[in-house]
Amino acid sequence: MEIINQMELRFLSLPENEAFARVAVSAFAVQLNPTLDVLADIKTAVSEAVTNAIVHGYENETGMIAITSALLDDGMLEVSVSDTGKGIDDIARAMQPFFTTQPEKERSGMGFSVMQTFMDHVTVESAPGRGTTVRMKKRLQEK
Amino acid sequence: MEHERKNDTVTARITGELDHCSAQTIRRELDMMITEPGVRNLVLDLKDMTFMDSSGIGVILGRYRQLRDRGGSVAVKNMNPQVERVFTLSGMRQVIKTM
Repeated sequence: MEIINQMELRFLSLPENEAFARVAVSAFAVQLNPTLDVLADIKTAVSEAVTNAIVHGYENETGMIAITSALLDDGMLEVSVSDTGKGIDDIARAMQPFFTTQPEKERSGMGFSVMQTFMDHVTVESAPGRGTTVRMKKRLQEK
Repeated sequence: MEHERKNDTVTARITGELDHCSAQTIRRELDMMITEPGVRNLVLDLKDMTFMDSSGIGVILGRYRQLRDRGGSVAVKNMNPQVERVFTLSGMRQVIKTM
């Protein structure tokens, strides 16, 4: 598939940037005229990925989060959200619904489940001590 | 946050977006309302809430657990479609009443 447009964002892992990140990616996706429901799905999934990077990837520290978004000529959006934080020891366990390492902070443990439900494809790459990248795809236009 | 009390029930209107960034403030405000003497039930009116992610689920479930332990309940009403999808996906319908 050919990339027809691409953008990159880098920002500090501050909670104030969660809204900025999800709005920026959904605004970028508007170019392919998705429905409002599809845009809402993208906003929700990006918000989950960025929040994970802030609260789990960097936990009590501040680091950089990078988002790359690409529009493909087959009508798909690709989004990757990366941090260079502490990484995930057990990805399969982290992706289980309701699993959280921070129940005392009222985390729901539903972040990855929301991403998987709201996007068409989600993969996670992570290495302890090196960081995490979440790659997501969403169809914006019918073929 | 606007709220009104009738007998043992507080109705709170959450406006704007409920994400990890806003969760702490909203949690604190709701806790002030539900810890008033005699309050047992909380109704969340989400008519003017434009966005919620799973951080909002944590906030709602946290208030539910507090009130359940006191014999009370939490209910939500007027969810927009995006909020309703997150709400339903999280299995909240099994424990939180919708009005």
